[in-house]
Amino acid sequence: MSIGHTLLGLLESGPCHGYDLKRAFDEKFGHDRPLHYGQVYSTMSRLLKNGLVEVDGVEAGGGPERKRYAITAAGVTDVETWIKQPEKPEPYLQSTLYTKVVLALLTGRDAGDVVDTQRAEHLRLMRALTERKRHGDLSDQLICDHALFHLEADLRWLELTAARLDQLATEVRS
Amino acid sequence: MIPEGSLLVARDLHKAYGPTPALDGAEFSVHPGEVVAVMGPSGSGKSTLLHCLAGIVTPDSGTITYDGRELSSMPDAERSALRRTEFGFVFQFGQLVPELTCVENVALPLRLTGVKRKEAERTALHWMERLEVADLGHKRPGEVSGGQGQRVAVARSLVTSPRVVFADEPTGALDSLNGERVMQLLTEAARSTNAAVVLVTHEARVAAYSDREVVVRDGKSRDMMMEHTV
Ligand SMILES: Nc1ncnc2c1ncn2[C@@H]1O[C@H](COP(=O)(O)OP(=O)(O)O)[C@@H](O)[C@H]1O
Ligand SMILES: [Mg+2]
Repeated sequence: MSIGHTLLGLLESGPCHGYDLKRAFDEKFGHDRPLHYGQVYSTMSRLLKNGLVEVDGVEAGGGPERKRYAITAAGVTDVETWIKQPEKPEPYLQSTLYTKVVLALLTGRDAGDVVDTQRAEHLRLMRALTERKRHGDLSDQLICDHALFHLEADLRWLELTAARLDQLATEVRS
Repeated sequence: MIPEGSLLVARDLHKAYGPTPALDGAEFSVHPGEVVAVMGPSGSGKSTLLHCLAGIVTPDSGTITYDGRELSSMPDAERSALRRTEFGFVFQFGQLVPELTCVENVALPLRLTGVKRKEAERTALHWMERLEVADLGHKRPGEVSGGQGQRVAVARSLVTSPRVVFADEPTGALDSLNGERVMQLLTEAARSTNAAVVLVTHEARVAAYSDREVVVRDGKSRDMMMEHTV
């Protein structure tokens, strides 16, 4: 999962201190693996260098944790591109896909788009596997079936997640 | 833009049942020999789209063009004739006539267009062989399994050599093995006759038998292939 994109996406809701950014990340995405401060600062300085965030204010006392970061227009474009880009279908995608769906909803984007683009990408591979199965021997068929069922499971989980979160977001907003 | 060489094209379809729209600007097109999956959540308008395309349901607005002819401007009789001779249908269940034998069921669409019994049943048997159910000819639908019944239904949908096959969740009631086989046989048969297939399904493994997918959400459609190539 891309920590840089996730932190950027969180910044879209408004400028934030490094510490609050870490807290928001841990709360939403870091259940079993909270970020280290070191990760936050190294990521933020990389984003700063690349012009994706800017320093919005520094509180007296120095220390990097007092910096307030704001996302730049280039940063918003970067998040947009990342969310819209489907992931290469492979095992253990769930944390990346989950992050994209949550960030899409948090930033007022359409989570359904994430699902549709990812489905298209998965289906591309699934069609190739189905075709291979058509011409292959039994062991080919079994191997392809295994991959097909797993890819389908990814998609079903993604669809369910998007539908559940959408419902949740509607409840929260209303 | 109407895609070049399309057999069936729908533009800006709207259809409401009461206050809630089932279709809200849906678009669709399919080429001869092409299998297009219609995907999307339950209640999103997939079946309504299929029924409009097949001339079973009349949209409130929008146009459907089949082979260069506007569906809505056809007289009813002509539209039903089209459904009988050029379209084939497979649904999830409940489509075979229980009082008829399987071969009589498969032959029925031909009989309705006036083909003599003997000839109709010969053609029916040919399709039943292709669908691997020729030996069930004299059984009634109540005496065959779900997977067998669905193959009989697919044979029936192909018996008139239709140019478009409409399949609404054709594997919805089947286990994985039977579902796969039905999809394989249906798509192979359709490709060999250059028929177009409109395949409504919410299952990705079933949609993987298609050439491309159209996603319907809240009555609006997205052609994923078109978006990728544009
Ligand atoms: N004959 C009908 N009468 C009233 N409402 C209908 C009818 N057919 C469909 N609908 C409504 O239209 C919407 C789309 O339905 P449908 O096309 O069957 O969706 P899908 O096939 O994607 O599950 C749903 O809200 C459904 O309740
Ligand atoms: Mg339906």
